[in-house]
Amino acid sequence: MALKGWKELEPGVVILEPGNTIEYKSGRWRTFRPVLDMEKCIHCMICWVYCPDSCIMVKDSKIVGFDYEHCKGCGICAHECPKDAITMIEEVKAKAEEVK
Amino acid sequence: MVEAMVKKPLIKALEGDKAVAEAMRQINPDVVAAYPITPQTEIVMEFAELVAEGLVDTEYIRVESEHAAMSSCIGATSAGARAMTATCGPGLALMWETLWVASGLRCPIVMAVVNRSFSAPLNILTDQTDMMGSRDSGWVQIYAENHQEVYDNAIQAVRIAEHPDVMLPIMCGHAGFVLGHTLGRVEVLPDEVVRKFVGEYKPLYSILDIEHPKTIGAYDHWDYFFEHRRQLFEAINNALRVIPEIGQEYGKISGRYYRLVEPYRLDDAEVAILIIGSGAGACREAVDEMRQKGVKAGMLKVRCFRPFPADEIVKALKHTKAVAAMDRCECFGAEGGPLFIETCSAFFNRGLPMKMVDYFYGLGGRDTVPAEFCDIFRELSKIAETGEIKPPIVRYLAVRE
Amino acid sequence: MAIKLNEICNQEEKIAPGHRACHGCPETIIVRQVLHAITAMGKPVITASPTGCLEVCTSPYPQTAWRVPWIHNAFENASSTLAAVWTTYRHFVKQGKMEDRDIKFVVFGGDGATYDIGLQFISGVVERGQQIIYVCLNNEAYMNTGVQRSAATPLGAWTTTSPVGKVIPGKTEHRKDLVGMMVANGIPYTAQAAPHAWRDLMTKTQKAASIEGPSYIDVITPCPRGWRFPIDETIYLSRLAVETCMWPLYEVEYGKYKITSRPTQKKPVTEYLKAQRRFEHLFLPENKHIIDELQRKVDEDWERLQKLAEMD
Repeated sequence: MALKGWKELEPGVVILEPGNTIEYKSGRWRTFRPVLDMEKCIHCMICWVYCPDSCIMVKDSKIVGFDYEHCKGCGICAHECPKDAITMIEEVKAKAEEVK
Repeated sequence: MVEAMVKKPLIKALEGDKAVAEAMRQINPDVVAAYPITPQTEIVMEFAELVAEGLVDTEYIRVESEHAAMSSCIGATSAGARAMTATCGPGLALMWETLWVASGLRCPIVMAVVNRSFSAPLNILTDQTDMMGSRDSGWVQIYAENHQEVYDNAIQAVRIAEHPDVMLPIMCGHAGFVLGHTLGRVEVLPDEVVRKFVGEYKPLYSILDIEHPKTIGAYDHWDYFFEHRRQLFEAINNALRVIPEIGQEYGKISGRYYRLVEPYRLDDAEVAILIIGSGAGACREAVDEMRQKGVKAGMLKVRCFRPFPADEIVKALKHTKAVAAMDRCECFGAEGGPLFIETCSAFFNRGLPMKMVDYFYGLGGRDTVPAEFCDIFRELSKIAETGEIKPPIVRYLAVRE
Repeated sequence: MAIKLNEICNQEEKIAPGHRACHGCPETIIVRQVLHAITAMGKPVITASPTGCLEVCTSPYPQTAWRVPWIHNAFENASSTLAAVWTTYRHFVKQGKMEDRDIKFVVFGGDGATYDIGLQFISGVVERGQQIIYVCLNNEAYMNTGVQRSAATPLGAWTTTSPVGKVIPGKTEHRKDLVGMMVANGIPYTAQAAPHAWRDLMTKTQKAASIEGPSYIDVITPCPRGWRFPIDETIYLSRLAVETCMWPLYEVEYGKYKITSRPTQKKPVTEYLKAQRRFEHLFLPENKHIIDELQRKVDEDWERLQKLAEMD
């Protein structure tokens, strides 16, 4: 996409669209990805409160999954989960599985 | 002593600093954040009295340094406030970093600068180093010659800064002590007239608009920085058109019309002095004296230095035979001072010849009397006659060797 | 008000994903917790940051991670800037130009910007009673510029400007007590907090948001990059800091001290130090005296804190 010229930019260094970093897929940074065992999950929300990237997806107070488009695979959720419900697996392997 | 409302034009004897405070009272800005420094103190003290007496609605933030003053003004304008402040000399130096932030974020802050020299050595008296030293910061810069202009400039400054084609901060300079602390004749306009002239501030955006959250002051990588800066080059150059427009509008309500430069007996002048600020007063007398002696002397007073009014200066001076630029600042290391250099450049860019010399003068509050300007005119006459400038081109007026 | 994770988890995220913070960076964990706490109160919020990791990672033009108003001015002056925004807000409300929505004003700033270059500014804001909540993201160094030491860096820590060499083994001074300085400055509310203790941090945030006047919350911010530990141990390090009393959790309300969370068993500082490579040189026999000094100071401060908390 062509970058805007100076005449098209808003004056001042202002960004009018809130939260548009969502367009940046920080998930590309991953070398490990979290995988959730739903059987073990008690929906305590500990992973949610400790995620640096707002990547624990929640609906009606229940964990529904991870935002793999943005999850950087830091592993804090797996480390902190009181039920060991989250495992970190190699991204390369996970991608290979997906392709299959 | 604080005064109450002015209902019709009133002639007052006001110190220059108090003329600024009077203008500020009538403008009634939303926020003032200021820190005291000699010789600006009269402004902040007078304004504090106005606040304490309830004669203005301004929120007065008594900050703990000049940097905090400008930082606060930036915050306030980003929230949609009309913000004003005042400083000078080392105080302006302390806010150097934030001057660029203010222009970069397009904050139309109005700042009175009670022109003072820079340390070291410590000196609290007047010269123009503070504003000359910050001339590249993207701020519009105008100077006053006398007390009336101090008052008039402060009011016009609001409209210049907030003009949608400019939307930049502005510095209004006047000589510390010489104008700031002396009494002068000022015709004060009625409060209502000033209020109507400055109108309401219409910000580009406000951070207080919580329905539409904005990110102000983002980080630019090399892919956008230059484009943002290009916008500023355009904006400040637009002030060349806007300043005379506002000056015309102001003339209609006050009878005093303002432009970028002001010639004095220049039409048929052969020798001329190019000068900024209060020194123009003494120079004016020298022009009259030399004219009486049959010398075709003239003066061009530069009111607006940023943006630099190259066209106007060249147009006014090109018919003369010799010019002396007067630089009242300690700006070291170049082949002359800013006024001289930029004027030379203007002539060169237009392929026009000019015989010009530069005088550094009046540093640290040293007074320049009409007789000294007469000496300069005599020197210029020699140059005009012989067509030759005997070096040095850059001179230092009235300095003991 | 009791904070329930299973309620606040449904709130909108005020900071979007896709920001450029490192894997496992605690800064955005803390920002999320603070903003969720304020959202749970039903209050709108306006934020600011000084130059630093958070600022750079969340505002790469033309993208922004912020879903709330946010302003960045310069390095030292976020406090003055947002304080002036608050002043303007009060002015407009007073003049009837704006509705009073009880907006909360929160600065998220690093320790470099707060303890050092920004000290004058925050002191001025507190002295003038301007109502901002200053949350210090304290990762104990100038992380964004490459891990240089700040006044918040603990004794003995390796940083790039207090490196470990033959002659000098890391930082030679204890860290500054900025919370103590804020108390001396007469601040209505100040506290230390930590991201693993989310309930404690959120409660303190809500307290700060409910009092009149400025408040300052110093939050330990374990940086995997600068402290040299695995990226998934961020919360674990936060827990260790509190369990060893290197970072006690307490608050001071109008000069009255209160310890808000005690470790069930106070661990020796070595437990904390050995988990981070920035302290690994302290385990050489010739540097044992530094560990001893750290332990002594921790014990002394913990004793003092307990005595202050007992005072009426």
